[in-house]
This record gives sequence, structure tokens and C-alpha cells, in this order.
Amino acid sequence: MAVSVDEAVSTGPARGHAPPARRFGGRGRSVLEVVLLTVLAVVMLFPVLWMIETSIKENRDVYAIPAEFFGFKVTMDHFKDVFVAPGGGRSALSVSFLNSAVVAGVSTVLATVLGVPAAWAYSRFSVKAKKDQLFFILSTRFMPPVVIVIPIFLMYRQAGLIDSKLGLILIYAAFNVPFTIWMMKGFVDEVPAEYEDAAMLDGYTRLQAFWKFTLPLLVPGIAATAVFALIFSWNEFVFAIFLTSSDDVRTAPPAIAGLIGGTTTDWGLVAAASVVFALPVLVFAYLVRKHLIAGVTLGAVRR
Amino acid sequence: MAGIEVTALHKRYPDGTVAVDHVDLSIGDGELFVMLGPSGCGKTTTLRAIAGLERQTTGDIHIGETLVNDLPPAERDIAMVFQFYALYPHLKTRDNLAFPLRAEGLPKPEVHERVNEAARLMRLGPLLDRRPRQLSGGEQQRVALARALVRRPRAFLMDEPLTNLDAELRADMRTEIKHLQGELGATMVYVTHDQVEAMSLGHRIAILNKGRVEQIGTPLEVYDRPASLFCAAFIGSPPMNLIEVEVADGKLRSAGGLGLTPPPGLPRDRRLVAGIRPEALEVTAPGAEGSIPARVVSAEWLGDEIIYVVDHDGQRDVRVRMPPTIRFAADAKVGLRHTGGAPAVYDVSTEELVA
Ligand SMILES: Nc1ncnc2c1ncn2[C@@H]1O[C@H](COP(=O)(O)OP(=O)(O)OP(=O)(O)O)[C@@H](O)[C@H]1O
Ligand SMILES: [Mg+2]
Repeated sequence: MAVSVDEAVSTGPARGHAPPARRFGGRGRSVLEVVLLTVLAVVMLFPVLWMIETSIKENRDVYAIPAEFFGFKVTMDHFKDVFVAPGGGRSALSVSFLNSAVVAGVSTVLATVLGVPAAWAYSRFSVKAKKDQLFFILSTRFMPPVVIVIPIFLMYRQAGLIDSKLGLILIYAAFNVPFTIWMMKGFVDEVPAEYEDAAMLDGYTRLQAFWKFTLPLLVPGIAATAVFALIFSWNEFVFAIFLTSSDDVRTAPPAIAGLIGGTTTDWGLVAAASVVFALPVLVFAYLVRKHLIAGVTLGAVRR
Repeated sequence: MAGIEVTALHKRYPDGTVAVDHVDLSIGDGELFVMLGPSGCGKTTTLRAIAGLERQTTGDIHIGETLVNDLPPAERDIAMVFQFYALYPHLKTRDNLAFPLRAEGLPKPEVHERVNEAARLMRLGPLLDRRPRQLSGGEQQRVALARALVRRPRAFLMDEPLTNLDAELRADMRTEIKHLQGELGATMVYVTHDQVEAMSLGHRIAILNKGRVEQIGTPLEVYDRPASLFCAAFIGSPPMNLIEVEVADGKLRSAGGLGLTPPPGLPRDRRLVAGIRPEALEVTAPGAEGSIPARVVSAEWLGDEIIYVVDHDGQRDVRVRMPPTIRFAADAKVGLRHTGGAPAVYDVSTEELVA
């Protein structure tokens, strides 16, 4: 998978964007640049560092004043607590991680299965008011989840989808389909239509031509797009906390948030759970890093 | 093999572009038919309509006796060679060739045999186990041709198959295509915007302009008597000199006084333009018999010939093709005379050949 995503990078949206700062040159400028970037990196990375430290500190070191950066005793107890319940057996947190994996995985597969053919159709066929349709599809992403969570909640209550993994899967898929369509349309646009034309002249139907020729060439793009969708579903918090409540349905973000509060907060556990939660995202983000940069600078989609 | 009949073809794309306005073609069985025209004149669109990749807005297409308007490409039994991307990038040459045959569901031994035969014809033996990106442009085109050949389709459509090759390779491939076409007795529609290619390949040539057929004829007809001002200005390099002429006392004269042999049947009272090929003119010493005074503006030495650009009274930039042995300096005072037979004459208002 890592290899194929890198292939995607070569044809993907990131292509041809030189780091803009380089163009201006100048020594003083580059010193300033380094200083600013260092400050920014420290500010951004400190919480992460602190999270990791906290996760391997014993509880009394966590509360130590002044705070200890080095020389504390390293423990893995918090990580054990993430997965194993105090009395033995699986912990509630580990169940929520499993839920997260299921919900994110299934919703991503769903979004991909629906979005890729749609992207292909938008790329290849002349559709009435294509631009308007595409804009409408994109516009469903304009609204922050929190704006529509109440109506969704009411709809879900009617439909009996409250507090179910299926409900989360559906809403995440609904959010990821537009993204998949836009992202994949860019990839499909780059596969010459001639391959399909040639295949059709060779005796295949249009769908077979898509399946046998275009799809294999899209695999790297699909992988990259799916990773984005996966990260979105994995990280999603608002819908998860509003639409689910029971421990065996909850995904990790609300479950971790739920650890905070009450009379005492086990910060070591919170930090360890957060580390475990962040790991897959870091791995995936690494896989699609070039696309991420393009996404930040341009918006992840073109045209 | 089968002939192809295109009747009143009209194609308007959904965005409103009229790519093909009105095209009638009648392509014989076993004919190598060339469609020639400038970029954007609708060649590819016409070809794609014949292949079934594009649905015409109106008009009929017959392949053999069959009306194919509503047949999908797969059922038209046609092979097409595209300008670019002719090969499946993820398949080896061998599999690229075998692909259309497998699609037809032919048994393995026969697939094998036909692939080997096509590979032998196009001399692809050593390339069979490479992927397209490991092949040079010329090799890729040969594979693309072979891929079209294995099918034994009813007709071949070629969309500028040689444009991305260098000149030498192009000449080689041209010979190869012509040879193969004759050998197989294949019906072939060949699209190009290179007139040399058109002239050297085509049994007949159709010249297209803005989605319409300007002329259909053998290479010789097209060269000798372009049917319209557009064709006159398009064919030949350099193309015909278009010189305003008038008829007086049974003589045809240019505005600058150049005497021409009048063709029979000249209309009266019309503004006329004569199309004179550069080789039907001659640069002479000043005052030579039958010549009018002129001045050399520039000369282009092409090795085996010289193209002189001359001005004479009332007419600028007349191009004259001369053998390389006859030399005049730039700016020299010279004579200019017409040596060929009667020129093609066009009506300025209709832009069509009138005599
Ligand atoms: N899918 C399309 N949608 C809209 N307009 C199109 C489409 N394809 C082609 N056209 C337009 O139709 C006209 C004819 O295009 P076509 O590709 O047939 O030209 P051509 O003669 O093959 O040119 P070239 O020599 O450059 O290949 C052009 O003006 C082109 O812009
Ligand atoms: Mg074309």
C-alpha cells in the first residue's frame, strides 16, 4: 500500500508545487524562516510531546510541581489500562477502539464504492449541468457537522439509527462520498479516455472497459482518497458524541473525551489512549503526506 | 473487409460546438482513404463517429451493408489506432496484442498463432515481453498497428498514427502501412493533417474544413485542381499563388500584367483569382520574352530547389520554385513568367473553382 500511494503522489494533485518560500531567496530571509518555523514547530509539537510523556509517567509524576521533563520513571501501566479492564478482560476503551476501526473502515469502503464510479461518470460523460451538480455535491461539505447534528439526530431517532454503528457508518459515508467524488474525479481525468475507447473497440462494454482498464490505473488514487476518508471517519467527534451513548457502540473520540471529568481524571490513561488513538492517523498521514500538503495549500481538490 | 458510407453526418457536442457540420463520404472496400484538414476541422470527430465512440447528432453511417448508427463500438468490428495512448500501459506487448482476441473469446492456440503472425508482420519479435513504456515511440506505433491487425476487422481507422514520430521513422512507417494495407486489401480511413502523408498514402483524399468536405479526389486531382480557395491555399508547400486576374480580349491577365493561358469556360463579369503553383512560374533575366519586370524579395535555398519570393507591379510575395542551379541575388531585378498550362481559376465571391 505504501508503494502504491507514493505512485499516486506522482500523478496526484501535489504535482508541480514548488515550495513557494524558496523563490524569494536571500540569506536574512531564510534565517528568519528557520526561526519562525522552529518556534511554530515547538508550539505545535509541545502538546504532542507532553501527551507522550504523560502516557509513560507514573501518576504522581504527572502531578509533580514543577513539572518533570526528564528523569521520571517510565511505566507502561497506562497503556495496559487502555486495553485491559481493571478486573481483567477487555476494557471499555478497547471496545471503542474496535468500534472506531469498524465504523471508519466500513464507511470508507462504502464511500469508495459509491464515489469512485460516480467520479468516473462525472469525468467521462457529458452530464446536464455538470458543474452545478458537482458544486452541489461539494456544498454538502460546507456546513460544519455541528450545524446539522440536531436535524440528523431527529431523523435518526425516527429511523431507529440512534446509538448504532450503522447510523455512524451511514453519516460518515454520506460525508465522505462528496469528498471521494471530487478527489477521484481529478484522478480519473488524468487517465486518458482512449484506453476505454480502445477497449470498447476491442469488444468490451463501457462498464467492462472501466472495470478492466481504468480501475487498475486508479488504484493509487483510490488508496490515497480512501486514506483521507478513513482519517476523517476515525477522527470524527461531533456526530459520534451526539448520536451514540452506550459503551459497546461508542467510538474512540467520545470515549476518550468521556475519561475527562468526574471527581478525578486519570491523565495518564487519557494520554495513553490518545497516543494509541493518534498512531494510526500518523501512519496514514505519512502515507498521503504529499496529498496533505496539497490539501492544505490548495484545497484537496482541483478544478 | 467492407466499405464505409457516411451520409450527411452532423455532430454537435453538448456544449454547442459543431464539430462536424455536413460530411458525406463513400469509402470503397479495400480503399485507403485519407481525411486531411487543419486542426479542429472535425477529422477525429468523424472518425470517432464511424467507430461508434461518439454518437452523431444526425446522419447515417453504414459499414458494409449494415446501418451502424445504433451499434455500440464493440459490435461494429472495427479497429482503431489512436494518435496517443494507443497501448494499454500495464500490459506487455504480447498481451496488448492478444487483448482484442481474448475479448472475442478465441481459443488460446489461435490467439497465440495470430499474435505471432502480427508480430512477424510488424517485426516485433524482440519486443513481445516489454511494456509500452519500455518501447520507443516508433516501436509503440508498430505495436499499435499490430494490435489493430490481429483482429482482422472490417475496417481500420487511423487517427494521425504517425504524428508523434520523427520524420525518418514517419517515412518508414508510411511505407509499411501502405504495403500492409495493399497486402491485406484492408479498408482504411486514415486521418492526418500532414499533406505529404496524405499525398503519399491515399488512394483518395478528402479535404475537410470547418466540419465540411471541401474536396474529394485522388492525390493528383487534389493537387492539380483544388476545388476551392481553401484547398488551393492548403495543399502544396508552398501552396498555390493566388493572384487576382481578369479576362480581356480572350486573354487572362493578372493585375500586374502577367499573361496566363486561359482555361476554357471562364465566366464573365466576376472577380476571379487564379491559383498558380510555384513550379508553374519562372524567374528569368529581366526583359526575357513573355516576362514582366519583377524584383526578388528573398530566396529560400532548400538544397534540391530554391523558392524565390518575388514582387511585381501590384502583386507581392509571389512564390516561384526554381532548380538550384539558377540563382538570383536578393533585391535583383528579374523577369517573371508563367510556364505551365491553364491555371485553376476561382470565383472570389463563392471561393469555388470555376474553370
Ligand atoms: N468532447 C468535445 N466537446 C466539445 N467540443 C469538442 C469535443 N471534442 C472536440 N470538440 C471540438 O470539435 C471540433 C473538432 O474537433 P476534432 O477533434 O474532430 O478536430 P480534428 O480535426 O481531429 O483536429 P486535430 O487535427 O487537432 O486533431 C474542435 O473545435 C474541438 O474543439
Ligand atoms: Mg484529431
